[in-house]
Amino acid sequence: MHLFRGFYLLFHYFCARIRQALFFSKEAMKISNYSIKFFGVLLTCLLTINVFANESTVQEQQGDERISTKVEIEEYILHHLKDSHDFHLVSYTNDAGERVHVGFPLPVILYGNNGITTFMSSEFHHDSDGKVIVEKNGNRFVNYHGKIYELEAGATELALDAEHHPVNASKPLDLSITKSVFGILIAGLLMLWFFSSLARQYKKRNIPKGFGRVLEPLVIYVRDEIARPNIGEKKYKKFTGYLLTVFFFIWILNLMGLTPFGFNVTGQIAVTAALAVFTLIIYVVSGNKDFWGHIFWMPGVPILIRPILAIIELVGTLIIKPFSLLVRLFANISAGHIILMSLIAIMINLKADLGPIGSTALSFGLSLFIFVIELLVAFLQAYIFTMLSALFIGMAVAEHDHEHEHDAHGNEVADAEDIRENFI
Amino acid sequence: METLLNDFSPGLFVMQTVLLIVLILLMVKFAWKPILNSLSEREEGIQGALDAAEKAKLEMQNLQADNEKLLQEARSERETMLKEARDIKAKMISEAKEEAKDEADKMITQAQAAIEGEKKAAIAEMKATVATLSLEIAEKVLNHELSDKEKQLQLVDQMLGKAKLN
Repeated sequence: MHLFRGFYLLFHYFCARIRQALFFSKEAMKISNYSIKFFGVLLTCLLTINVFANESTVQEQQGDERISTKVEIEEYILHHLKDSHDFHLVSYTNDAGERVHVGFPLPVILYGNNGITTFMSSEFHHDSDGKVIVEKNGNRFVNYHGKIYELEAGATELALDAEHHPVNASKPLDLSITKSVFGILIAGLLMLWFFSSLARQYKKRNIPKGFGRVLEPLVIYVRDEIARPNIGEKKYKKFTGYLLTVFFFIWILNLMGLTPFGFNVTGQIAVTAALAVFTLIIYVVSGNKDFWGHIFWMPGVPILIRPILAIIELVGTLIIKPFSLLVRLFANISAGHIILMSLIAIMINLKADLGPIGSTALSFGLSLFIFVIELLVAFLQAYIFTMLSALFIGMAVAEHDHEHEHDAHGNEVADAEDIRENFI
Repeated sequence: METLLNDFSPGLFVMQTVLLIVLILLMVKFAWKPILNSLSEREEGIQGALDAAEKAKLEMQNLQADNEKLLQEARSERETMLKEARDIKAKMISEAKEEAKDEADKMITQAQAAIEGEKKAAIAEMKATVATLSLEIAEKVLNHELSDKEKQLQLVDQMLGKAKLN
């Protein structure tokens, strides 16, 4: 049929499944679990009332808004990868030929030239071409390609240069609750809910029941397989909290990226950059004398080479390590989203060659395959990020109480730790 | 690279940083600390229980070994006692037999001596009695024979007659 129709059906299918699951879980839990019921109600509200209350109908202005060509699909995928100011779930054209967008607006919070301005994103009326001007507190804002610009005084509309960069507007600091921030909030609340309930269980019994029994081995896994071996028995306790938080945060957000809600939080470079900066700050702050000694004045190396090595080490520690962390996560998740959406788009792109059934079957088969791989990648990337963070922290706090062995020529014999360090 | 930098949203970076700090603090306070504490408590408990069980097992083994030893000792003691008793029994029996035999022999010897004595006495008495009796008989016969002179003479004749024949 067509991409949006497909998404729409997929979305309704998932909604039905979630409601069904909630119904069953409610049936099963009876009144025993207060919070589950509360969450169920919350989610149902989110899925039905909000979504459909905010259905907005926009008159088709410039012909068909449906996406059916390769260029449009490409644009749509790139648009999805970016953050957005409203929570858009699905769009379709109804029988009357009107374009219907299903979703809900999110609050926009801007720190511009005249202080803080807030309004709901619905005031842009789904415009992202800089046409709709929102006027608040004497400031005028436009949404151009997903970013909000503040028009300079006197400007009546957004002017662009030859490369489509705005010339008469500045970017305010955009502290909006964007879709990604909304996703972060949901992930944070889910984590708090899951793990505080696990923590509470221990007051009553030694071995947790139900969902807690699934979470407990994961916590133990992060502690025993990531934190303990990489940081060392003596110091791992101090950093386990951070590593656990980051691991579950990334994993949950990666998984949320695979739901039909279309989050792409861990594919936002700002988010992965913030995570990498956290790791950087932690290992820079907790680095001991040996760590800095090995950076600035590497022992066992000719004196003349030491300053050169210091520069390399310093760049490696302060820039390359966090950069590799942030790019790895960002690139993996973005690539996953692009591949998955491209495979779904096969449905449209190959319809002419394979017929509707053939292209749909091919698209379904391939995207199901990639989806399963992406589930694995979601875990893997969370694991790798946490693992490398633990490793970097471990290298910074390691105690070199052993003298490095030297061979006959006075050169340092590489021990396992150095090899591991060079490998990374 | 330019697209990457263009896509980098400083606002999102700030929000993520702030939210992550809050999340880490909340998670550490309300989740990780209690969870990890309970986990390590539980692990220590399990380790303690295992150690105690191991200790109890060892003690049990020691106890069993002691019991076995005691039993062994008792058994061997019984054995020796039985053996001793058997020996004593045999000894007593043989002693008794010996004694009885000695006594019997002694009695027999005495009896034989007594019999011999009695026999001798009896024989002596008989001899004396026989002598007396024969003397008395001889006396009487002589008295009787000598009272009848005729006959005596007849006898002498008779004897003389016989002597002639010889």
